[in-house]
Amino acid sequence: MLRFLIRRLIVALLVAATVLTLAFALTRLSGDLAISIAGPNATQQDVELVRKAYGLDRPLIVQFGSWVGRAAVGDFGESYFFKQRVASLIGERMPITVTLGLVGLAIALAISLPLGVLAAAQEGRLADRIVQGITLIGQAMPSFWLGLILMILFGIRLGWLPVSGTGSWQHFVMPGIVLAFTAVPALTRLTRSGMIQALSSDYIRTARAKGLSRLSILLKHALRNAAIPVVAIAAVQLGFMLGGSIVIESVFALHGVGFLAWESIGKNDFPVVQAVVLVLAVIYVGLTLAADLVNAVLDPRLRGQ
Amino acid sequence: MSEALLDIAGLRVTFAGGTAAVRGTAIAVNRGETHCLVGESGCGKSVSALAVMNLLARGASRSADRLRFAGEDLLSLSDTGMARLRGNRMAMIFQEPMTSLNPAYTVGSQMTEVHRRHKGSSRQVATDRAAEMLARVGITAPGMRLGQFPHQLSGGLRQRVMIAMALMCDPELLIADEPTTALDVTVQAQILRLLAGLQRDLGLAVLLITHDLGIVARVADRVSVMYAGEVVESARTNDLFARPQHPYTRGLLDCVPVPGKIRPGEPLGSIPGVVPRVRAGFQGCGFRDRCAFAMPECAAEVPRHAAGEAHDYLCRLAADWSGLRGAA
Ligand SMILES: Nc1ncnc2c1ncn2[C@@H]1O[C@H](COP(=O)(O)OP(=O)(O)OP(=O)(O)O)[C@@H](O)[C@H]1O
Ligand code: SF4
Ligand SMILES: [Mg+2]
Repeated sequence: MLRFLIRRLIVALLVAATVLTLAFALTRLSGDLAISIAGPNATQQDVELVRKAYGLDRPLIVQFGSWVGRAAVGDFGESYFFKQRVASLIGERMPITVTLGLVGLAIALAISLPLGVLAAAQEGRLADRIVQGITLIGQAMPSFWLGLILMILFGIRLGWLPVSGTGSWQHFVMPGIVLAFTAVPALTRLTRSGMIQALSSDYIRTARAKGLSRLSILLKHALRNAAIPVVAIAAVQLGFMLGGSIVIESVFALHGVGFLAWESIGKNDFPVVQAVVLVLAVIYVGLTLAADLVNAVLDPRLRGQ
Repeated sequence: MSEALLDIAGLRVTFAGGTAAVRGTAIAVNRGETHCLVGESGCGKSVSALAVMNLLARGASRSADRLRFAGEDLLSLSDTGMARLRGNRMAMIFQEPMTSLNPAYTVGSQMTEVHRRHKGSSRQVATDRAAEMLARVGITAPGMRLGQFPHQLSGGLRQRVMIAMALMCDPELLIADEPTTALDVTVQAQILRLLAGLQRDLGLAVLLITHDLGIVARVADRVSVMYAGEVVESARTNDLFARPQHPYTRGLLDCVPVPGKIRPGEPLGSIPGVVPRVRAGFQGCGFRDRCAFAMPECAAEVPRHAAGEAHDYLCRLAADWSGLRGAA
């Protein structure tokens, strides 16, 4: 178990290092930063001043080293556009994105687990076909389109939910649903196949031979085993959701990290872009590690090793 | 004679693909008796047992002329009514000890839940009962075992746990489907001794499915021989070994001719050919492809003959056709 976790930790660090390098490289490839920072009316002299002031005249490797060194202690520099420390900028926006991601994941699980269990219990019958149809449609539906439909229906026609902003919990309902829908098809299908496999196993035959109730067989004996891969994928999906929140945050004008990244890319505000990419990647890696831990808790065979 | 504890007649099971796995099986298990069901692989032993417990996979259809347990008609029982009997008054253990326990729960949790469900007992009472039953099946340090997960136990220990779990509610009938086949030879003998001892001490009725004629000779009061979905011969154990009637039974016994000298682990006799896969609508004797005495009439419906008290067989040949025996 410990060796397994250490191995995962090493992989996670390698991923983080790769992302770090990529984040740095991408911003340097997108043109001369000194020119874009100095602005459209700057003279050649201004540009040279900026280059010196921001340390952009040093060799790339030195710039990378100093950036990594500071990033490691949470210092991402100052935003060119917002004139504010990047770390505090992200710190302000992060709660919104995390709330959105958790709401999305909660909604996704609340939909996928019951649907998957139902489909498996009714394998091959009408309910199963309907669930499979829903997952197919869900997969084919672009999230911004679903977002717009929901906005028109609940926001404008019915007036039940606010269309944009972050004032109250109601603001998170629609974007949460849209975000959840990106994960529902995969999670439902995984739950269904896991349940079908579990239900055909010998220990379920034993549970039935013990005369246990149908509910206990489905939810205690089968779901507990089927849930193991679902948990792992759910954590990965949460990572996707945090990344995918760029689209949804802009559709619903939620001022989270995704929205910040979107703004900063347009303004060539590279310290912010780098930091957002890095933070999201670290969260993603952390989530997959957490999934392994939860797996170990759920699966006693892993725990024992 | 009083009514049998488990009384099966005309049991039929057909699978969705059209395989007629069980075709009119009749078995009667008396209280306190060990009844062995023997036959080659694929002849329908497990399917018969699962049909009795109503544990068949979806897609299997079951019917019977009579299916009674302790005077109760199982055919007219609802799913919940049947669930109330299973694990409570009739229990079953399986061939695969490695996979029959849920890997996600401790031994204790799996053992206590059956007692709590059927007896409505408290956690404490159920736990005490589980520890008592583990000790009963020869497991030392039961308290420690209760907290362990299945993967921490060997195959033999897991089968002991399965037996202890099956006996938690003090059932009248235990169906054991090849409980020792997957185990090491030495462990097989231990488990078999354990089962025989429990059967005697608890007055259990046991329906024991096995390939092993050595086991039959040692533990069975009665034997039913299955072939291609039918019970082709049924008799008291001594009677069957002394006066086998059906050509298939004789073929099985030919490799092990002296009843007292059968050793455990002896395989069923080697008869040329394999068990046919019988489709729904099949007529006549299922053994006729492999039978040395087959005659044209064997393709029509075969009569059931009596060969003495509580001994019958399914064949065209008249009882004690011993003149022909050498030809088998
Ligand atoms: N779920 C199923 N679907 C279709 N056919 C099945 C199914 N289960 C069993 N059968 C068929 O039913 C027949 C009887 O199988 P069964 O498992 O009862 O044999 P068995 O006598 O227990 O053999 P073994 O000694 O190998 O356990 C076989 O031909 C088998 O292929
Ligand atoms: S009925 Fe005919 S084929 Fe079948 S066992 Fe008897 S003699 Fe052989
Ligand atoms: Mg079998």
